[in-house]
Amino acid sequence: MHAAIIQFPGTNRESDMAAALRLATGREPKMVWHAETSLPSGIDLVVLPGGFSYGDYLRAGAIAAHSPVMREVAKAAEAGTLVLGVCNGFQALCEANLLPGALMRNASLKFVCREVKLEVVSADTPFTRLYGEGEVIRTPVAHADGNYFADQASLDRLEGENQVIFRYAEGTSPNGSQRDIAGICNARRNVLGMMPHPEDFTEEAHGCLDGLRLFKGLAQALEVAA
Amino acid sequence: MKARIFVTLKEGVLDPQGQAIEGALSALGFSGVGAVRQGKVFDVELEETGEPAEARLKAMCETLLANTVIEDYRIEMG
Repeated sequence: MHAAIIQFPGTNRESDMAAALRLATGREPKMVWHAETSLPSGIDLVVLPGGFSYGDYLRAGAIAAHSPVMREVAKAAEAGTLVLGVCNGFQALCEANLLPGALMRNASLKFVCREVKLEVVSADTPFTRLYGEGEVIRTPVAHADGNYFADQASLDRLEGENQVIFRYAEGTSPNGSQRDIAGICNARRNVLGMMPHPEDFTEEAHGCLDGLRLFKGLAQALEVAA
Repeated sequence: MKARIFVTLKEGVLDPQGQAIEGALSALGFSGVGAVRQGKVFDVELEETGEPAEARLKAMCETLLANTVIEDYRIEMG
Protein backbone atom coordinates (compact mmCIF):
# COMPACT_ATOMS: atom_id res chain seq x y z
CA MET A 1 0.00 0.00 0.00
CA HIS A 2 1.29 3.43 -0.99
CA ALA A 3 -0.63 6.16 0.79
CA ALA A 4 -0.70 9.92 0.33
CA ILE A 5 -1.93 12.23 3.09
CA ILE A 6 -3.30 15.58 1.94
CA GLN A 7 -2.39 18.60 4.05
CA PHE A 8 -4.46 21.78 3.90
CA PRO A 9 -3.63 24.93 5.86
CA GLY A 10 -5.14 24.10 9.25
CA THR A 11 -4.94 20.31 8.93
CA ASN A 12 -3.66 19.02 12.28
CA ARG A 13 -4.18 15.25 12.44
CA GLU A 14 -1.78 14.23 9.66
CA SER A 15 0.91 12.90 12.02
CA ASP A 16 -1.52 10.59 13.85
CA MET A 17 -2.81 9.38 10.50
CA ALA A 18 0.74 8.78 9.27
CA ALA A 19 1.56 6.80 12.43
CA ALA A 20 -1.49 4.56 11.95
CA LEU A 21 -0.64 3.94 8.27
CA ARG A 22 3.01 3.23 9.14
CA LEU A 23 1.92 0.75 11.78
CA ALA A 24 -0.42 -1.10 9.44
CA THR A 25 1.81 -1.15 6.37
CA GLY A 26 5.40 -0.63 7.48
CA ARG A 27 5.63 2.08 4.82
CA GLU A 28 5.96 5.82 5.18
CA PRO A 29 2.97 7.68 3.67
CA LYS A 30 3.73 10.65 1.44
CA MET A 31 2.61 14.07 2.63
CA VAL A 32 1.01 16.14 -0.15
CA TRP A 33 0.47 19.91 0.21
CA HIS A 34 -2.94 21.14 -0.94
CA ALA A 35 -1.46 23.44 -3.60
CA GLU A 36 0.04 20.50 -5.53
CA THR A 37 -1.44 19.89 -8.96
CA SER A 38 -0.56 16.21 -9.09
CA LEU A 39 -0.45 13.23 -6.74
CA PRO A 40 2.76 11.19 -6.33
CA SER A 41 2.84 8.31 -8.82
CA GLY A 42 1.91 4.82 -7.66
CA ILE A 43 -0.45 6.02 -4.93
CA ASP A 44 -3.29 3.60 -4.15
CA LEU A 45 -4.76 5.34 -1.10
CA VAL A 46 -5.43 9.04 -0.55
CA VAL A 47 -6.23 10.18 2.99
CA LEU A 48 -7.79 13.49 3.99
CA PRO A 49 -7.07 13.74 7.74
CA GLY A 50 -8.79 15.77 10.43
CA GLY A 51 -8.20 19.33 11.48
CA PHE A 52 -9.61 22.75 10.77
CA SER A 53 -8.72 23.46 7.16
CA TYR A 54 -8.94 27.20 6.47
CA GLY A 55 -10.15 27.70 10.02
CA ASP A 56 -13.54 26.20 9.06
CA TYR A 57 -14.27 29.54 7.33
CA LEU A 58 -17.51 29.65 5.31
CA ARG A 59 -18.38 26.00 6.14
CA ALA A 60 -16.15 23.22 7.48
CA GLY A 61 -14.20 21.74 4.55
CA ALA A 62 -15.76 24.11 1.98
CA ILE A 63 -12.61 25.95 0.96
CA ALA A 64 -10.38 22.85 1.18
CA ALA A 65 -12.79 21.13 -1.22
CA HIS A 66 -11.74 23.61 -3.92
CA SER A 67 -7.97 23.39 -3.34
CA PRO A 68 -5.92 22.59 -6.46
CA VAL A 69 -5.05 19.08 -5.24
CA MET A 70 -8.72 18.18 -4.86
CA ARG A 71 -9.14 18.06 -8.64
CA GLU A 72 -6.50 15.32 -8.62
CA VAL A 73 -8.18 13.54 -5.70
CA ALA A 74 -11.46 13.57 -7.64
CA LYS A 75 -9.70 12.14 -10.71
CA ALA A 76 -8.04 9.44 -8.60
CA ALA A 77 -11.39 8.53 -7.01
CA GLU A 78 -12.93 8.35 -10.45
CA ALA A 79 -10.15 5.97 -11.50
CA GLY A 80 -10.90 3.70 -8.55
CA THR A 81 -8.14 4.78 -6.12
CA LEU A 82 -9.23 4.42 -2.49
CA VAL A 83 -9.97 7.69 -0.69
CA LEU A 84 -10.49 7.99 3.08
CA GLY A 85 -11.69 11.19 4.72
CA VAL A 86 -11.75 11.43 8.50
CA CYS A 87 -13.51 14.24 10.38
CA ASN A 88 -12.54 17.43 8.50
CA GLY A 89 -11.60 15.12 5.62
CA PHE A 90 -15.17 13.77 5.55
CA GLN A 91 -16.52 17.33 5.54
CA ALA A 92 -14.23 18.21 2.61
CA LEU A 93 -15.28 15.08 0.64
CA CYS A 94 -18.95 16.08 1.03
CA GLU A 95 -18.21 19.69 0.04
CA ALA A 96 -16.30 18.39 -3.00
CA ASN A 97 -19.34 16.29 -3.99
CA LEU A 98 -17.28 13.10 -3.77
CA LEU A 99 -19.79 11.96 -1.14
CA PRO A 100 -23.47 12.91 -0.87
CA GLY A 101 -24.96 15.04 1.92
CA ALA A 102 -23.52 17.67 4.23
CA LEU A 103 -22.13 17.94 7.76
CA MET A 104 -23.81 20.63 9.82
CA ARG A 105 -23.19 22.15 13.26
CA ASN A 106 -23.70 19.62 16.07
CA ALA A 107 -27.29 19.75 17.38
CA SER A 108 -25.88 20.59 20.84
CA LEU A 109 -23.93 23.52 19.32
CA LYS A 110 -20.95 22.23 21.31
CA PHE A 111 -17.59 20.88 20.23
CA VAL A 112 -17.77 17.23 21.29
CA CYS A 113 -14.58 15.39 22.24
CA ARG A 114 -15.23 11.94 23.67
CA GLU A 115 -15.46 8.24 22.91
CA VAL A 116 -18.47 6.80 21.05
CA LYS A 117 -19.71 3.33 20.19
CA LEU A 118 -19.70 2.69 16.49
CA GLU A 119 -21.65 0.00 14.66
CA VAL A 120 -19.95 -1.34 11.55
CA VAL A 121 -23.04 -1.50 9.35
CA SER A 122 -21.29 -2.92 6.29
CA ALA A 123 -18.08 -4.95 6.08
CA ASP A 124 -18.39 -4.85 2.30
CA THR A 125 -15.77 -2.15 1.68
CA PRO A 126 -11.96 -2.24 1.48
CA PHE A 127 -12.03 -0.11 4.64
CA THR A 128 -14.17 -2.36 6.84
CA ARG A 129 -13.36 -5.86 5.55
CA LEU A 130 -11.70 -6.94 8.82
CA TYR A 131 -14.69 -6.01 10.97
CA GLY A 132 -17.74 -8.16 11.54
CA GLU A 133 -20.98 -6.82 10.12
CA GLY A 134 -22.98 -5.37 13.01
CA GLU A 135 -19.90 -5.37 15.25
CA VAL A 136 -19.77 -2.48 17.70
CA ILE A 137 -16.35 -0.87 18.12
CA ARG A 138 -14.98 2.02 20.17
CA THR A 139 -13.68 5.23 18.56
CA PRO A 140 -13.11 8.79 19.71
CA VAL A 141 -14.80 11.77 18.08
CA ALA A 142 -13.67 15.40 18.23
CA HIS A 143 -15.75 17.79 16.17
CA ALA A 144 -18.20 20.70 16.14
CA ASP A 145 -19.72 19.98 12.73
CA GLY A 146 -20.54 16.28 12.50
CA ASN A 147 -24.29 16.43 12.17
CA TYR A 148 -24.89 14.48 8.96
CA PHE A 149 -27.72 15.79 6.80
CA ALA A 150 -29.24 14.63 3.52
CA ASP A 151 -32.85 14.76 2.36
CA GLN A 152 -35.05 11.75 3.15
CA ALA A 153 -34.90 10.36 -0.40
CA SER A 154 -31.08 10.49 -0.36
CA LEU A 155 -30.98 8.83 3.07
CA ASP A 156 -33.27 6.05 1.83
CA ARG A 157 -31.05 5.58 -1.20
CA LEU A 158 -27.88 5.45 0.93
CA GLU A 159 -29.41 2.80 3.16
CA GLY A 160 -30.88 0.89 0.21
CA GLU A 161 -27.51 0.76 -1.55
CA ASN A 162 -25.72 -0.27 1.65
CA GLN A 163 -23.66 2.94 1.62
CA VAL A 164 -24.11 3.68 5.32
CA ILE A 165 -20.93 2.12 6.69
CA PHE A 166 -20.81 3.34 10.31
CA ARG A 167 -23.57 4.35 12.72
CA TYR A 168 -23.35 5.72 16.25
CA ALA A 169 -24.53 2.83 18.41
CA GLU A 170 -26.23 2.42 21.76
CA GLY A 171 -27.45 6.02 21.95
CA THR A 172 -23.94 7.51 21.78
CA SER A 173 -24.56 9.87 18.84
CA PRO A 174 -22.63 13.02 19.67
CA ASN A 175 -24.12 15.34 17.08
CA GLY A 176 -27.75 14.75 16.01
CA SER A 177 -26.86 13.09 12.70
CA GLN A 178 -29.76 11.89 10.55
CA ARG A 179 -30.33 8.18 11.22
CA ASP A 180 -27.25 8.15 13.50
CA ILE A 181 -24.97 8.15 10.45
CA ALA A 182 -21.26 8.35 11.32
CA GLY A 183 -19.72 7.24 8.03
CA ILE A 184 -20.77 6.65 4.42
CA CYS A 185 -19.21 5.51 1.17
CA ASN A 186 -19.87 6.37 -2.47
CA ALA A 187 -21.76 4.09 -4.85
CA ARG A 188 -18.52 2.56 -6.10
CA ARG A 189 -17.44 1.89 -2.47
CA ASN A 190 -13.91 3.30 -2.95
CA VAL A 191 -14.49 6.63 -1.15
CA LEU A 192 -15.26 6.54 2.58
CA GLY A 193 -15.94 9.48 4.88
CA MET A 194 -16.34 9.17 8.64
CA MET A 195 -16.46 11.59 11.56
CA PRO A 196 -14.85 9.35 14.25
CA HIS A 197 -11.06 8.95 14.40
CA PRO A 198 -9.97 5.32 13.87
CA GLU A 199 -6.31 6.46 13.88
CA ASP A 200 -6.68 7.38 17.55
CA PHE A 201 -7.20 3.75 18.61
CA THR A 202 -4.33 1.93 16.91
CA GLU A 203 -1.63 1.49 19.58
CA GLU A 204 -1.48 -0.23 22.98
CA ALA A 205 -0.73 3.14 24.54
CA HIS A 206 -4.07 4.46 23.19
CA GLY A 207 -5.86 1.97 25.43
CA CYS A 208 -7.79 0.43 22.53
CA LEU A 209 -6.88 -1.11 19.17
CA ASP A 210 -10.32 -1.02 17.52
CA GLY A 211 -9.21 1.43 14.82
CA LEU A 212 -6.21 -0.59 13.68
CA ARG A 213 -8.25 -3.13 11.72
CA LEU A 214 -9.43 -0.38 9.37
CA PHE A 215 -5.84 0.35 8.33
CA LYS A 216 -4.80 -3.33 8.30
CA GLY A 217 -7.85 -4.12 6.18
CA LEU A 218 -6.86 -1.40 3.72
CA ALA A 219 -3.32 -2.74 3.56
CA GLN A 220 -4.64 -6.26 2.90
CA ALA A 221 -7.15 -5.10 0.30
CA LEU A 222 -4.43 -3.24 -1.58
CA GLU A 223 -1.92 -6.10 -1.35
CA VAL A 224 -4.56 -8.38 -2.90
CA ALA A 225 -5.25 -5.79 -5.61
CA ALA A 226 -1.54 -5.38 -6.35
CA MET B 1 -21.26 46.84 -9.48
CA LYS B 2 -22.01 45.61 -6.01
CA ALA B 3 -24.20 42.66 -5.18
CA ARG B 4 -25.50 41.26 -1.94
CA ILE B 5 -26.00 37.53 -1.57
CA PHE B 6 -28.17 36.01 1.15
CA VAL B 7 -27.58 32.37 2.09
CA THR B 8 -30.14 30.73 4.34
CA LEU B 9 -30.88 27.19 5.48
CA LYS B 10 -33.54 25.41 3.45
CA GLU B 11 -36.94 24.91 4.96
CA GLY B 12 -37.03 21.65 6.84
CA VAL B 13 -33.33 21.82 7.77
CA LEU B 14 -32.99 22.17 11.53
CA ASP B 15 -31.19 25.32 12.67
CA PRO B 16 -29.97 24.80 16.25
CA GLN B 17 -28.12 28.14 16.15
CA GLY B 18 -31.34 29.94 15.21
CA GLN B 19 -33.15 28.12 18.01
CA ALA B 20 -30.51 29.17 20.54
CA ILE B 21 -30.85 32.80 19.40
CA GLU B 22 -34.65 32.52 19.66
CA GLY B 23 -34.25 31.24 23.23
CA ALA B 24 -31.87 34.09 24.09
CA LEU B 25 -34.29 36.69 22.71
CA SER B 26 -37.12 35.25 24.83
CA ALA B 27 -34.84 35.20 27.89
CA LEU B 28 -34.07 38.89 27.28
CA GLY B 29 -37.78 39.64 27.50
CA PHE B 30 -38.51 40.11 23.80
CA SER B 31 -41.94 38.52 23.78
CA GLY B 32 -43.83 37.28 20.76
CA VAL B 33 -40.74 36.08 18.90
CA GLY B 34 -41.55 33.23 16.50
CA ALA B 35 -38.92 31.08 14.86
CA VAL B 36 -35.49 32.64 14.27
CA ARG B 37 -33.36 31.35 11.40
CA GLN B 38 -29.71 32.30 11.06
CA GLY B 39 -28.11 32.97 7.67
CA LYS B 40 -25.14 34.61 5.98
CA VAL B 41 -24.71 37.74 3.88
CA PHE B 42 -21.94 38.27 1.31
CA ASP B 43 -21.23 41.65 -0.29
CA VAL B 44 -19.45 41.07 -3.58
CA GLU B 45 -17.93 43.72 -5.86
CA LEU B 46 -17.78 42.82 -9.53
CA GLU B 47 -16.39 44.49 -12.65
CA GLU B 48 -19.20 43.10 -14.78
CA THR B 49 -22.78 44.37 -14.71
CA GLY B 50 -26.22 43.16 -15.76
CA GLU B 51 -26.90 39.63 -16.87
CA PRO B 52 -23.29 38.44 -17.15
CA ALA B 53 -22.73 39.56 -13.56
CA GLU B 54 -25.84 37.78 -12.36
CA ALA B 55 -24.82 34.58 -14.15
CA ARG B 56 -21.40 34.71 -12.53
CA LEU B 57 -22.83 35.38 -9.07
CA LYS B 58 -25.15 32.42 -9.50
CA ALA B 59 -22.17 30.23 -10.42
CA MET B 60 -20.30 31.48 -7.33
CA CYS B 61 -23.25 30.56 -5.12
CA GLU B 62 -23.61 27.12 -6.67
CA THR B 63 -19.88 26.38 -6.48
CA LEU B 64 -18.82 27.83 -3.14
CA LEU B 65 -20.94 30.40 -1.31
CA ALA B 66 -23.89 28.09 -0.64
CA ASN B 67 -24.04 24.36 -0.04
CA THR B 68 -27.20 23.60 -1.97
CA VAL B 69 -27.73 20.35 -0.07
CA ILE B 70 -28.74 22.41 2.96
CA GLU B 71 -28.89 26.05 1.85
CA ASP B 72 -30.82 28.37 -0.48
CA TYR B 73 -29.41 31.62 -1.83
CA ARG B 74 -30.82 34.90 -3.11
CA ILE B 75 -28.89 37.47 -5.14
CA GLU B 76 -29.65 41.18 -4.83
CA MET B 77 -28.00 43.29 -7.52
CA GLY B 78 -26.91 46.76 -6.38
